[in-house]
Amino acid sequence: MDAIRADNLTKEYGEVVAVDHISFVVQEGEFLGLLGPNGAGKTTTVRMLNGVVEPDAGTVLIMGIDMVKRPLEAKSRIGCIPETGNVYQDLSARENLDLVGRFHGLSRSERESRSGELLTSLGLADRGDDYVRTYSKGMRQRVSVACAMIHRPSILLLDEPTEGLDVQSRRVITDLVKKTNAEGSTIVLTTHNIEEANRLCQRVCIINKGRIAAIEAPEKLRRTYASIQTVEVAFDGKVDVASFAAEHVARAEVFGDKWRFSTDDPDETIKHIMKVAERERLKIVALSTVGPSLEDVFVRLTEEEP
Amino acid sequence: MNYPILLRGVLTVTRKDMRIYYRKAPVYIFGLLMPAFLFFAFFIGRDLDPAKYFPGFLAMSLFFTSSSVGPIIVPWEKQAGTFERLLSMPVTVTTIILGDMLAGAIFGLLISTIVGVAGIVLLGLSVTNVLLLAVLFLLGNACFAAMGELLSSTGGRTPSNVMMLSSLVRFPLIFISGVFISLSDMTGLGLVTAYFSPLSYLVDGIGATMDQNSVFHWGVDILSLLAFTVLFVFASGRVLRRSLMKGL
Repeated sequence: MDAIRADNLTKEYGEVVAVDHISFVVQEGEFLGLLGPNGAGKTTTVRMLNGVVEPDAGTVLIMGIDMVKRPLEAKSRIGCIPETGNVYQDLSARENLDLVGRFHGLSRSERESRSGELLTSLGLADRGDDYVRTYSKGMRQRVSVACAMIHRPSILLLDEPTEGLDVQSRRVITDLVKKTNAEGSTIVLTTHNIEEANRLCQRVCIINKGRIAAIEAPEKLRRTYASIQTVEVAFDGKVDVASFAAEHVARAEVFGDKWRFSTDDPDETIKHIMKVAERERLKIVALSTVGPSLEDVFVRLTEEEP
Repeated sequence: MNYPILLRGVLTVTRKDMRIYYRKAPVYIFGLLMPAFLFFAFFIGRDLDPAKYFPGFLAMSLFFTSSSVGPIIVPWEKQAGTFERLLSMPVTVTTIILGDMLAGAIFGLLISTIVGVAGIVLLGLSVTNVLLLAVLFLLGNACFAAMGELLSSTGGRTPSNVMMLSSLVRFPLIFISGVFISLSDMTGLGLVTAYFSPLSYLVDGIGATMDQNSVFHWGVDILSLLAFTVLFVFASGRVLRRSLMKGL
């Protein structure tokens, strides 16, 4: 069965079309990443998937249940970290979990055992009874993740769950999400972190200007856009970006102690770099070509889409 | 509609509200202090018959307390960033409205019962129709909690602004509803204006249970309160659905 089926979803805010007739299917147990620049329509899409916003047109089926016609049953199958999904600061982590468990109809013993289990796996067991207002941002987000998972949902919708978190919190959260996916839950992850999407997702859906620009496995996407190559060069001195301007160089950027040039013609680009190095009296310390990263594909797709 | 999930959602929203919002300062300021101040300002030091004005004071206290919780909930949740999570739970707008309304009504019922019992005992008043008084208490609390919810639904995310709006609505109502001037003493335009306030029917009904002159039949009082409750719940739903994403 399809875990999520979105058909022709559309949402307009006044004159602005936030989501423009998008359709996609997420299989049960799949890990899908939603990528896109700011304002692309990712959050509006997630809000329509979790029933927070009603689409102007189109349908969302959650495990075969229509979100608009039967929202209570559909929402019961979802665990969600919304974009502004804070937990209640006047409650403890355990009380927050208890509250969400009640919304999902868990028995008292289920709520208690599941809360204990989640708080332990998220490293909050010893702070579970403290008010959330005394927590750090990372700890609050861990509680938020626990709330989304307390009822063992079939589907997890995560809208930038690791945004702005420290490495430890990020790792704890992604590990738990990965484990939940391995246990059979379907995950839809909205993120700006392309590396994270590349590492976690079986498929990524790139949204731009309210439309789907591509939906494919990261590796397949990279192969599709194999023409985008990156040339990495390390020089022994400083050099100005303007020196590298050329028709076949799509982008030139500093990457640590190296320069990265995105190009569809690596041969011409390398020749051009050699010329610049000679003219500027720079010594080339290292030079290599690499295939397109998911980020390169993302940039290409989101730049090219009308 | 799946009624078991709806009911579970309503009760969980109510529980959440009672746990979190009963402890917020605006609830005490607008729900307890304000009617107390009004009581001192208008009743103390004046040669008034306490028995005559007690129904008005009791209705006013019920009105203030039951309508004090509702207005802060939605703006507070929007400001704290918890509202979107709440919407993603197995709830609908109706669930949230009914849950918030129930929380406001329970708060009003608790406080107004204490005020009512204390007043009746201290003033030595007799209640001739306890059942009617109980029905009026339940309906009145539901009605004004729903009114509080309507004010809460207007879209703002700043609780103080919504409380200000709620004061703008609530204060005029107490002056036109027979709290300070008995409805039976009102004539002409004053009485006609009173017809449009739900509080008038509560004051009138409570007066009837204490053997005072009532302007309307108690059946009219009950039906009017019921009609206002339905109107407020319906309007809250319409307004909240329109302003749902405002301030998120």
